[in-house]
Amino acid sequence: MRYLPHTQEDIQKMLAVAGAGSLDDLFKTIPDAVKVKDGLNLPEPMSEWELNDYMEKLASENIACKGYTCLLGAGSYDHYIPAIIPYLVSRSEFATAYTPYQPEVSQGTLQGIYEFQTMVTDLLGMDIATASHYDCGTALAECALIALRKNRKADKIAVSDLVHPSHRQIIDTYLKPTGYEMVLIPHTKDGLTDIATLETMDGIAGVAVQSPNFFGHIEDLAAVKKIADAKKCLFITSFTEALAWGILKNPGSFGADLVAGEGQSLGIAKTFGGPGLGLLAGTSKLMRDLPGRLVGRAKDSNGDDGYVLTLSTREQHIRRERASSNICSNNGLNAMTAAMYLSTIGKVGIREIAQLNHDKAMYLKSALTGAGFEPVFDPPFFNEFVMKAPENFKQKRTDLINRHCLFAGLDLAPYYPELIDHYLFCATEKVSKQQMDQLAKEVA
Amino acid sequence: MMTQRPGTKGLIFNEPNVWDKSREGRCAISLPKADVKRSPLDPALTGDTPDLPQLSELDVVRHYTRLSQWNFGVDSGMYPLGSCTMKYNPKTNEVQAARQGFAGAHPLAGDECSQGALRLMYDLERSLAEITGFDAVTLQPAAGAHGELTGMLIIHAYHAKQGRQRSKILIPDTAHGTNPASATLCGYKSVNLKSGPKGILEPEAVAAIMDEETAGIMITNPNTLGLFEENIKEICEIVHAKGGLVYGDGANMNAIMGVVKPGKVGIDVLHLNLHKTFSTPHGGGGPGSGPVAVNEKLTPFLPVPRVEKELDTFKFVTDCPDSIGRLHTFYGHFGVMIKAYAYILAMGAQGLLDASRLAVLNANYIKESLKETLNLPYDRPCMHECVFNDAKQQEYHISTMDMAKRLLDYGFHPPTVYFPLVVDGAFMVEPTETESKEDIDQFIDAVKAIAKEAQTDPEKLTSAPVLPKVTRLDEVAAARKPCLRG
Repeated sequence: MRYLPHTQEDIQKMLAVAGAGSLDDLFKTIPDAVKVKDGLNLPEPMSEWELNDYMEKLASENIACKGYTCLLGAGSYDHYIPAIIPYLVSRSEFATAYTPYQPEVSQGTLQGIYEFQTMVTDLLGMDIATASHYDCGTALAECALIALRKNRKADKIAVSDLVHPSHRQIIDTYLKPTGYEMVLIPHTKDGLTDIATLETMDGIAGVAVQSPNFFGHIEDLAAVKKIADAKKCLFITSFTEALAWGILKNPGSFGADLVAGEGQSLGIAKTFGGPGLGLLAGTSKLMRDLPGRLVGRAKDSNGDDGYVLTLSTREQHIRRERASSNICSNNGLNAMTAAMYLSTIGKVGIREIAQLNHDKAMYLKSALTGAGFEPVFDPPFFNEFVMKAPENFKQKRTDLINRHCLFAGLDLAPYYPELIDHYLFCATEKVSKQQMDQLAKEVA
Repeated sequence: MMTQRPGTKGLIFNEPNVWDKSREGRCAISLPKADVKRSPLDPALTGDTPDLPQLSELDVVRHYTRLSQWNFGVDSGMYPLGSCTMKYNPKTNEVQAARQGFAGAHPLAGDECSQGALRLMYDLERSLAEITGFDAVTLQPAAGAHGELTGMLIIHAYHAKQGRQRSKILIPDTAHGTNPASATLCGYKSVNLKSGPKGILEPEAVAAIMDEETAGIMITNPNTLGLFEENIKEICEIVHAKGGLVYGDGANMNAIMGVVKPGKVGIDVLHLNLHKTFSTPHGGGGPGSGPVAVNEKLTPFLPVPRVEKELDTFKFVTDCPDSIGRLHTFYGHFGVMIKAYAYILAMGAQGLLDASRLAVLNANYIKESLKETLNLPYDRPCMHECVFNDAKQQEYHISTMDMAKRLLDYGFHPPTVYFPLVVDGAFMVEPTETESKEDIDQFIDAVKAIAKEAQTDPEKLTSAPVLPKVTRLDEVAAARKPCLRG
């Protein structure tokens, strides 16, 4: 096996030093009763050639093996990834390093993540961003737990029902054993969080609203903030499309206490939903409540600048059962990827890409309207929107996948049973006018 | 004869923060041409553009290339970080994960358009079930600690289903650091359990505190001293007799593949770290993947969605009434799963067994070679790692940290230091199976040379490291006045 360097001679010499007669002998402290008797039943090992063939066969059973037109979003977005991003992030000094516990030989990771934290705070208008979380849903669940810990008198967290359905399910999973409760804020007929209902809710430790929400609509975060303040609870906001902040007013400008977000749009491949990038940001006031790693500036013994992991007394390996979270590994390499992407697109690029996303989505909406779709909601959106489809669309949608590899929107009925025949569409900078015109023609 | 040190001087480059290189008007992407008309948003909704750096493409490339050169990775040299399993990360795994059919797959494309991904997940689940001896596996947890949380949620749900919740969980002093925090998230109070004089758990100690208020025990096996818990079967029986469950922390599975199947010795639920045992890169902190394996009794509680096979087609199933629910927005870290599966396919049964045997051989070879040089608190046959401490060096006022930092100058990543807590000044070495005898001999020589320096030239240790880009950093000052952004 090419990954194992030992020659027979090495093994014999090493066994002699280790005081063992054979490799089996090394395991003599393990009682026979617990040892495997008949080996592992696994397929024969593959050569690299066989592995290539087999993996390509599997990959080709996914529709994505061909170029396809992706008008799906809902938490995973089809953005262009410049060639330098995978090239740079695959440098093995980044990829094959551990968490930077020895800062003297980890300054690359540390400065890179420090820059990531800085760019995320700029993007979101927040004081502090962590070194990353698993994904938006898990980051949001952590935010809910922070709010519940901070407001001991309250035992509920109010969550908009236009927060991504999976994220709400994750919060539910995290809260189940704690005795805390998630209460849902319904949405209005305009497809926005029902602020009036939120106003009537009592005993809540925090309120969580996603914007742009699951329908793509831009929420009135200023109104949510006002209510959160009146109720003295934490204002949490989440998002799944990070590029929206290239053009929209950011969460910090509305006074968010905590922000959970998905950073997959920032140069990270969709990869069937993971690994993405959990973004988590907060105000300075909440610095010691944040979960996971933080990189900070430091001086070395010569007075030179450097970086270290800091404030680790919040974390599981020091504080153990009283830690702010149990997170240890995060999504570091994807955080590095996002930093590379943000440095690449820069101030000019992010505005232009964000605007393009909106332009394409507006065009698609109008093209679909022309093809007989009904624009059910009116609020402004970024790059996702909901349409009610004509009756025969379901079959046409399948035909479009089979014939043109075109995915025309996400059926919303499994998520919101009342929305039969409603589809969530997404258009990014990658979709062309020609593709959208073709879709409109096919479904008309 | 002293072998040559791998570490030497070399040219690296200063590099400022990325925003210090920014010049108004530069941009490192080619913007797509607009083929539809501009649709300005209502100005009331738009904000200032984020103040991102403005760079050319070469600026970006050079920035990150220079940063990378300040890092130490497995590809640079031996990385014997105990408990972290820093084995070689095969490059072909990266090629497999980057295939367009995988990397381009949208998670909501539908089961029928995602059969390759589903098949891979299903087959990886079956492979991990075979390796660990369990009935079912979920791949959803995003990292080891996330897997621990999943396991504890399953234990919590099991007791709830039995009609009576319990309040405590037993955690040995030789368990992983994340264990108590994971238990707390489920509302369980951690009860510390002391290991015996041999460094392993004694059944009597477990029996003495196991009661019907205790939900179960979290056992890391091999434990963080690198020792196999020899009484595992008996301990499982004691816990089961009181209605409790046994959680296995499988982060150290690298020692026992093909040797012990934890599911067959009484463990009820176990998490794995694909980024340790199954060769996927650590990425400077992640992303990892922490699958959880369970026995038949706990299968109904696994998170949703589950992957199921019907004839030769695969589908996601969410209709599982006893499930603990969802833990990830989609299905977990699929990209990491591909790499781990590629590793298993390349290794086969014999390859995995050999990996464990050689990992254990390397650790025992180091233990025996260095036990005269460093103090070895538990002088017993070890598994994949061995734990020394600085007891012998203390008389020269040299600490584990000093030796660790000096190792950097010799060109080695230091071992894990000051963990496990059960050993004062722990110096925890996990070589992994992919290090050759020559590299290990160099490491042993380096530690011996450093131990000699501790006596003859202690300043060399206390002022180490001198070769890396920066010297020791003042972490205390950094934490006192945190500066977390530029």
